[in-house]
Amino acid sequence: MSLLTLDHLKTSIGQYHVLHDVSFSVPEGGVFVLLGRNGAGKTTTLRSIMGLWQPSPGSITFRGDDITGLHTSDIARRGIAYVPENMGVFGGLTVAENMVLATHTGRFDRARLKRVYELFPALERFWDKPAWSLSGGQKQMLSVARAIIEERALILIDEPTKGLAPSIVEAMGDAFVEISDSTTILLVEQNFQFAKRLGRDMAVIDDGRIVHSGTMADFAANQALQDQVLGLSV
Amino acid sequence: MDQLSQTLGKMGGVFLLPLAVALAAFVLIGAPSSWLTLTVAGLSMGMMIFLMASGLSLVFGLMDVLNFGHSAFVSLGAFIAASTLAALSGWLGSPSVLLNIAALLVALMAATAVGLVAGLFFERVIIKPVYSDHLRQILITVGALIVAEQLILAIWGGTPTTVLRPEFLEGSWIVGGSSIQVYRVFAFGLGALVYLALYLALNRTRIGLLIRAGVENREMVESLGFRIDRLFIGVFMLGSALAALGGAMWAGYETLITPALGGEMLVIVFIVVIIGGLGSINGTLLGAILVGLTSNYVGFLAPKVALASNMILMILILLWRPSGLSPAVK
Amino acid sequence: MTGSKFIKTVVLLIWAALLFAPFLFQDVRSIEVAARICIFIVLVASYDLLIGYTGIVSFAHVMFFGMGAYGTAIALDHIGNGWGPLALGTLCGLVVAVALAALIGLLSLRVKAIFFAMITLAAASVMLVLAVQLSGFTGGEDGMTYRTPDLFKTATKLWTDADGKVVRIADVKLNGKLAAYYMVFAVSAVLFWLMLRMVASPVGTVLQAIRENEARAEGIGYRVVAYRTAVFCIAAAVASLAGSVYAVWLKYTGPETALSFDIMIDILLMVVIGGMGTLWGAAIGATLLVLAQYYLRDLMGVAAEAVSGVPLLPDLLNPDRWLLWLGICFILLVYFFPRGIAGTAMARRSVKG
Repeated sequence: MSLLTLDHLKTSIGQYHVLHDVSFSVPEGGVFVLLGRNGAGKTTTLRSIMGLWQPSPGSITFRGDDITGLHTSDIARRGIAYVPENMGVFGGLTVAENMVLATHTGRFDRARLKRVYELFPALERFWDKPAWSLSGGQKQMLSVARAIIEERALILIDEPTKGLAPSIVEAMGDAFVEISDSTTILLVEQNFQFAKRLGRDMAVIDDGRIVHSGTMADFAANQALQDQVLGLSV
Repeated sequence: MDQLSQTLGKMGGVFLLPLAVALAAFVLIGAPSSWLTLTVAGLSMGMMIFLMASGLSLVFGLMDVLNFGHSAFVSLGAFIAASTLAALSGWLGSPSVLLNIAALLVALMAATAVGLVAGLFFERVIIKPVYSDHLRQILITVGALIVAEQLILAIWGGTPTTVLRPEFLEGSWIVGGSSIQVYRVFAFGLGALVYLALYLALNRTRIGLLIRAGVENREMVESLGFRIDRLFIGVFMLGSALAALGGAMWAGYETLITPALGGEMLVIVFIVVIIGGLGSINGTLLGAILVGLTSNYVGFLAPKVALASNMILMILILLWRPSGLSPAVK
Repeated sequence: MTGSKFIKTVVLLIWAALLFAPFLFQDVRSIEVAARICIFIVLVASYDLLIGYTGIVSFAHVMFFGMGAYGTAIALDHIGNGWGPLALGTLCGLVVAVALAALIGLLSLRVKAIFFAMITLAAASVMLVLAVQLSGFTGGEDGMTYRTPDLFKTATKLWTDADGKVVRIADVKLNGKLAAYYMVFAVSAVLFWLMLRMVASPVGTVLQAIRENEARAEGIGYRVVAYRTAVFCIAAAVASLAGSVYAVWLKYTGPETALSFDIMIDILLMVVIGGMGTLWGAAIGATLLVLAQYYLRDLMGVAAEAVSGVPLLPDLLNPDRWLLWLGICFILLVYFFPRGIAGTAMARRSVKG
């Protein structure tokens, strides 16, 4: 059964049409990768799911409910977490405060907190430091950690590898593999090598349209298809 | 040089500025007793302005809403307090200090309560339809300011209103040859108390945490599952109530008020939040204290330029730090 | 008739009425009203260059108006009532206004619109305080009363008949007052026409591009800050000239007539009511509001009399409270017709009748 379904989504920002026709389904479990070039509409797709842009027309179904047009906070409370491209870390707050905000009650579930510490030991070390003092990779970790500190059904992650050193990208990939055991991830990426390793299912977006969708295994094996839909730039 | 600036940064950075200003003034004025009087006057004026400005700054930080009508709450608070005190003149005249205090408290609370209600009305009717449209926001809030000022004129009239003060706040203490007005000490104390409460609320409570996070990145707070717009109504009401409280205190300080009071304070409040940096309570306090001190010192040293001194201060600070001394992290 | 043509026709009719005003309405008050309309059309149109065409919200426009007025007034008051001092004062006011506009613009036009609004408000209020404080120079709170060039004296006879009496045309005396009015009219008309030319030129197109999408305009290669500062300076120059003309017409300049924040509010109301983004709208807004200022108050006085028994209502209908009602109209207008009278009418394809 599919967890999230986008049906003929169209999103305009001001007078510009950014998404023309986006339809795909994210099955429950594992990592779903949305590939695409810069400006293809990847971020807009995630923002539309989160309710930060309003699509019209088109519909978004999550766990069988229509969530189109809901307020962002309601969408979040239904179990979708968002790790935006700029990470959305609150620089003026400490790491601890950033994490507390991601809980609904203001209290941590000990087991989950322990898991976060295991995945990202740096966060424990900098627990009481202001978030602006973290490095780019650590901020990315904090942003992901916020998304998993509570039980969520789906995590939207926007280009987590952008601007990070290769070793950190590697560690991030390991973390995603582990997280995806229990939570579905919708990952937006430009970095095909990174995506190939993680993805089970995938779709390719170009110029606001889904131009291909299928399993990652098929896609990775089909060089001709890759050349055709990704171009040589990715 | 680097080391010096680092040490200064550790000691409080830009928050040392009022101290530097006070020291410079001490040297320039020469007479310690006059300096002390002026410093107390400046600090108390700064605290009253802080009350008026803090809400404006938070509201802007949280929702990117700049309310040109903010000063209407200041006027409203001043007149509500004046009317309440006049109605309670029996209590004020009584020899019992307790009744005196009760009258004062009732007046301040009345102003604050009216500020809360007016803030709610203002947010729902005036501001809400124009979130995120700056041009119309400026126009509408200016329109609301006009209407509010005219209403105050219609109700209280254009002639100056006398503000009664309880006996125990009258007069001054003589400390080391300089006279210190009791009311000023009271204003400073009340302002400091409010600042402390705000500071604790922002830094020790969950709602405060949400506000601080919302000032930085509204979308992200919503993506974590919280409604900023509902929080915003609360902050707006609180800001209006504080402005009304500030106006009430200012009324007692001036003792003679006209409906033009709010408009006059609006410019000072703007200068304070620009200097301090929008969206931060600490910045607003810093800006308010700086403006309070400089106005009083310059008023003594060079009365002619006193009224322009705030403007000059603002230009200097903007040239040095274009987004204010201590803006919220964005 | 299309809405656009309709609005333009109305504005041309307004100008025609202003041209013949001394002959059409032969009392002193009407001429005052007509002159004030001329000047405010220019002032409001120049403000529209900022708010309507460029999206800049400035509260310093009255400051530039005041600089022109004070420049001319100070020269006429301190030097003498000749044409030389008049030109010198006007020029000084103009130069100071443009220089200050350039300074403010370069310093703060790159920041957010809201910041700019606050800074201009602060600047204008300080200027007002300065004008009141420097009383030796500016006349302080009382302002200055002075003489203008002899041509504009009411006693001046432009044309005399054989008996040495002033000639009348259609019962209107051809005296200095008439000359002063036509000076006001001519300068205003020329300035308005120049602004119309400017917004129709490529410069106007660029400005609108910047207003619609700043980032995109920057991307195309327009230097947004430079353009904005230039417009801010042009608007300041026009406002300053309007101020100078007003100073000559009134033969008096003081904080109330040239610098007060009430004038700024008037300008804002006029431009929004008339319609932001079209100079034609500015003309309509200015005309309507000046007429209202002079005649609506009378009407409200009558209404207040009529309800004198009811509590509070007479207070609200007091002629002094007319700004209250205007403020409410203003808010409603910004909500429901943000394009104002002209903008709303011009958006329509046709107007009945």
